[in-house]
Order: sequence, then C-alpha cells, then structure tokens
Amino acid sequence: MKRFIAFIKKEFLHVFRDRKSLLMLFGLPIAQIILFGFALTNEINHAKILIVDQAKDRASAEIIQKIAASRYFEITDYNADANSIEPEFKKGNVTLALVFPNHLYGDLLHNNNASVQVIADASDPNTATTLTNYIQSIISEYNQQVALATTAGIRIIPQIRMLYNPELKAAPNFVPGVIALILMLVCVMMTSVSIVREKEMGTMEVLLVSPFRPLFVVLSKAVPYLVLSLINLAVILLLSVFLMDLPVKGSIILLFAESTLFIITALSLGLLISTATASQEIAMLLSLMGMLLPTLLFSGFMFPIENMPWPLQLISHIIPARWFYIIVKSIMIKGLGLSAIWKETLILAGMAAFFLVVSIMKFKKRLE
Amino acid sequence: MRTIRFLLQKEFSQIFRNKALLPMILIAPLLQLWILPLAADYEVKNVNIAIVDHDRSGASRDLLHAITSSGYFRMVGYSASYPQALKEIETDRADLILEIPLHFETNVVRQGHEELLVAVNAINGVKASIGASYLSKILQTFNAHLALQWQEMPNTNVRPSVEVISSNWFNPHLNYRFFMVPGILAVLVTLIGSYMTALNIVKEKEVGTIEQINVTPIKKHHFILGKLIPFWIIGMAVFTIGLFAIAMGLYGIVPVGSIVLLYFFLAVYLIAVLGFGLLISTYAATQQQAMSIAFFFIMIFILMSGLFTPIESMPGWAKVIAHLNPVTYFIEVMRMIVLKGSGLKDILPQIGIITLFALVFNGWAIWNYRKTS
Repeated sequence: MKRFIAFIKKEFLHVFRDRKSLLMLFGLPIAQIILFGFALTNEINHAKILIVDQAKDRASAEIIQKIAASRYFEITDYNADANSIEPEFKKGNVTLALVFPNHLYGDLLHNNNASVQVIADASDPNTATTLTNYIQSIISEYNQQVALATTAGIRIIPQIRMLYNPELKAAPNFVPGVIALILMLVCVMMTSVSIVREKEMGTMEVLLVSPFRPLFVVLSKAVPYLVLSLINLAVILLLSVFLMDLPVKGSIILLFAESTLFIITALSLGLLISTATASQEIAMLLSLMGMLLPTLLFSGFMFPIENMPWPLQLISHIIPARWFYIIVKSIMIKGLGLSAIWKETLILAGMAAFFLVVSIMKFKKRLE
Repeated sequence: MRTIRFLLQKEFSQIFRNKALLPMILIAPLLQLWILPLAADYEVKNVNIAIVDHDRSGASRDLLHAITSSGYFRMVGYSASYPQALKEIETDRADLILEIPLHFETNVVRQGHEELLVAVNAINGVKASIGASYLSKILQTFNAHLALQWQEMPNTNVRPSVEVISSNWFNPHLNYRFFMVPGILAVLVTLIGSYMTALNIVKEKEVGTIEQINVTPIKKHHFILGKLIPFWIIGMAVFTIGLFAIAMGLYGIVPVGSIVLLYFFLAVYLIAVLGFGLLISTYAATQQQAMSIAFFFIMIFILMSGLFTPIESMPGWAKVIAHLNPVTYFIEVMRMIVLKGSGLKDILPQIGIITLFALVFNGWAIWNYRKTS
C-alpha cells in the first residue's frame, strides 16, 4: 500500500510539473462552456437578405418594413438589381434574395392574388429552409393584416408548456454534452499517452523490473487523471450554476458517483489503447481520431441520434459517452434518481469491466 | 537543395516504415469523411408524441388523426393520466404530451372555444420549439376544417393574399450532406496537417535526435522545409482521395467551380496549417504537451469555424474569434467553390487572409525556433 501511494505521488508530480498541459486541461472545459453557452447557436439571426423591389408600391414597402423590423434579417440592399443575385451569392455576401414583381399591390387588389419570389442560397440547406419559413410567416402575417374578413369562429388554442427549460436556453442541452466530451477525452487521451510514453522512453522497463506489481504500475497512472477529471467536473458544474444559471436538480452525490463510473470506463479504454500501441504518435492519433469526432457526434448532444441511418444508430450504442450523456441529463436537468437510469449505469459498468479485462489480459501478454 | 532532398528521403522512409502510422493518416480520416456526414443531420422529424385523451369523442379522434397523418409526429401511445405521460418524457420515449380535456367536443361545438395542454420536453430548445410550432400549424388547419364542418360560414369570398414562391439555388434538393461533406473534409485536412507536424518535430526533441541534426551543417530552414514538405504532400494526398473517392464517388458531390482553384487555395492553406503545427512544436517540450496544446486550439477552431453552427448568428466578440480562425476561411471557400461555383474574384479576400495566416504562423514559428535551440 505504501508503495502504491509512492507511485501515485510520482504520477501526480509528472502531471503537475507539466504546466502547459495542465493549463490546457483546465482551460478547455472553461473555454467550451463559454463558447457553447454564448457563441454557438442553431438559431439563425441577422441573416443577410437582398431585396429586388420591382414593385415599389404600398405592398412591397409594408412587407419590407416588416422584414427590416424582424431580428432574423439584416437587409443589405433595399433596391438591388435582379442580375446581382447570383454574384452576391457566389461571394457569400447574402443568403437570401426576395423579389417583388411589378404591380404587386395592383395584382393583390384586382386579382386577389399576387406572388413574391424568395431565392435562397441553399448550399446550407438548414439556413435556407429556416429563412424561407421566416419570410413565409412574415408574409402570412401581412396577408392577415390585409384580409378583410377574419378567420372562422372556432378556435382550439394550444397552451404550450415547455418542460425543464421554459426559456428554451441552449445550456440544458450542451452542459451535459460538454461534461461527457471533456471527461472522455481527458481520460482516454491523457492515460493512453502517459503509459505509452514510459514505453517509448524505455522507463517502463525500469518500472516493470521493480518489485512492484505491474498491474499497479498502470493503475497508479490512472489515479491522477481520475482526480483531475473530478476537479474538471466540479469546475464545469460551478460554471453552469453561476454563469449559465443551470442548477443541478437531482442529487449531486449521485452525479459524482455516476461520473466516477464513466471516468473509470474512459480510463480503462485509455489503458486498452496504450497496451495496444507502441508509440505516442499512434496512441494520440487513435484516441483523437477515434474518439473526438465520434464522441462529439454519437453522444447525441449535437445531432439527434434518431435521425441517423440504422447502422450508425447501432454504432452509437457502443459509444460510452452516449449513455453517460443520458445519465447526466436525467440527474442534472430532469432531477431523476437512480431508478430512472439503472439501465444506463449497468451498461457503463459492463463496458468498464470489458475494457479493463481485455487490457489486463493484453498487458500480461506483453510482459512475457 | 541536395540537403533538402536527403532530408525528404529520411522523412519519407520514416513515415513509410511506420506500419501503424500510414493507415492512421489515410484510412481513419477517410472513414470519418464517409460516416460523419450520415450522422450529422439536424432536421427535426419524427417528434414522438404521447396522448392523454380524457374526452374520447369524435372530435378528439379527428384531431389525433390530423396530427398523425401530418407526417411530423409519431404516436408512442395513450396514457391514462398526465403523470403517467410525464414518465414517457422522463425516459425519453416521448418528446411531447398532448392532453385533451374532458368535454372537449361539447365545448368546441357549443362555445367554439377550447384549450389544449401541450407539454414539450424542452431540454433541446430548438427541437422543442419546432415541434410545438408544427403542432400549432396543424391546429390552425384543424380549426379551419372544424369551421367548415360545424359552422355554416360562407367561405366563398376569396381573400386577397400574397403567395410566396421559393426556389433553392445551388442545392435544390436541400441535401444536408452537400453542405457537410466539404466542411468535414476541410476539418480533417486541418487536423492531419497541424497534428502530424507538431508531433513529428516534438518527437525528435523528446527522443533527442534533434540534437544530432542540430550539430550537422543542416541549416534551420532546410530542417523546417524538410519537415513541412512531406506533410504538405500527405495533406494534398488525403484531400485528393477525400474529394475524388468519397465526396464525388460516394456522395456524388461534383465541384461546380474550378478544381484547379480549389487546389491552389488548399496549397496555400496547408502552408498556414503546417506553420501552425510548427509553431506548437516550438512551444512544446513533450509530445503530450504538444497534443494538449494542439487539442485545445483545434477544438476551438472546429467549434468556431461555422462547420456545425452558422457564424452569422454569433455575438460580435465570437465573430471576431471566428474570423481569427483559419479553418473558417477554408470551410467557407470549400463550400463556395464546390457548391456555388465561385470564381477567383469571389474568393480573393479569403486568399489574401490565408496568405497572411501562412506568413504569420511560419514567421513566428521560425523566429521562436531559433531562440529555443
């Protein structure tokens, strides 16, 4: 036991003496929380729109005024030439063009029917559809204003209640995601590299011939990152409570217990990578290329999993972060207890056991 | 010139002899380019809805029929009470609860007015608001439909209305993959370029072989060129395979604009990215350090590049960061040339900025390099 503590001390010294890495490890979660919280949004605001007004009458003026008043649009040119649409799209200066035909108001009065044309730069299809919908609702608002008769007498009105997140903020969705992402990457990347490093430098040989059991050599490597990850988790939670106004609804003890389980899963995965690789370069590329984007995508916090084709939905089941994301969301946002997440907990525990057993088996083989 | 040739020979044989490295550089990114666009789909469809129907009348059945036949919603089941339906939301089986009150039909017919309770799981705010607006839209049509059925409203007078005709340029089928594939390819090339350069040079430092090179008559710029050229070539190769095999072959995305222009931009961009890797390597002493520094910046580069979320919607300070990010410009140019067929004149500003990035990163790295060794 005393030896084990001495080894852990050595590992802590390794980690704390590397100031630059340490700074990045703590800087990253903070930067991510701030970016996700304040900079990144799927909502589309201030889209640049160009107007080709061939009508120049009451109708077009009123519609333009409505668009100018909307926070979704920023009109770059009130009176553009129809030929300028394509070059402006190609330069990427505007994303939408609105064309009012001649005699718009006249057609509306005499034929009861007129049309305007919306041209979208659909190279980004999401933005294109969303903006077209915004224009559509602005114009239907105008139509109602023009309409002489109001709609029929029957009204079924939905009373909409937004559960868990009444202000529709982005934080409840991404804070659990960032927690999963950061814990995963810090644990997998840092452990895998730190063990391979001793191999590559040759110091592993020295450690292995010491009277200390090889398994504990490896386990002691994982302890500092476990502690670091728990501190990171605390930092993220503090930021989310004080900066994002997002309190932890459920039990904090349960949240930390589940996080520890997830960290152990990630650490064992890191262990597995380090026993399977021979150089830091490979270990890093493997944990980065193999972990970063898949964790980002398949945890379900950026893109809905149910939209993916079924083979990918299947793959998402083997990503530990997916299950942990559900757990954090349930405890933090919904305030649920262990009874709601026992299934996810079991899956994580199973994964941790599997990774550990495989990496220990592999590790022993390498010693022979 | 001869020195550089020998250095290149050394680098290439090191890369090709490493049996594990080459597949990692080539296969991992291409596999991702193939899979990730399939996964990245924001579109909100299949909103799962749980129903609590206290009325069980003709009107409530009609309403439910209107909702299910709209195609946006998938009924997950009837619950007896609201708390029971809430369980469905807690376990993520349902996204939305619709509660139809008792005497729904009577109230609608007699008073012409009734309220429904809609509870939405709003953890994902975007999905929640879209789901709720789909439902409101359906209710509007349903209201009009009821009016026709039960009230003898003269619906003959045509009301004046402006119609919207929309057309989508450059991507008429609104295929989201056309948007994602060029962006992801840009990110992968960036990852490989910066990581490989940073790690490779720091590796020589950590193992100590850089000392051997430092005592030879090899000049600093020879050494740096010898390191950069192989990774420049690898970056070009990865991009080429990605563009022709995956983007064109698999996804059928044929660049509308000039491929020569695309390669010209890539060539300059890669110099900037490799310079960034070089810069990291001058500040890092160990590979672990290089990795965490590179990871920190690349994470921010990717998130702030407009790959997943539009830059236009960012607040002012975030836009400034996005514009200090070289990845932003490459993704922009990729999408412009590949999807819109933009020409040289359209991307001149981006070329200028990327050239500036290339000069600053490399200049800074070389300046810093001399001081440390």
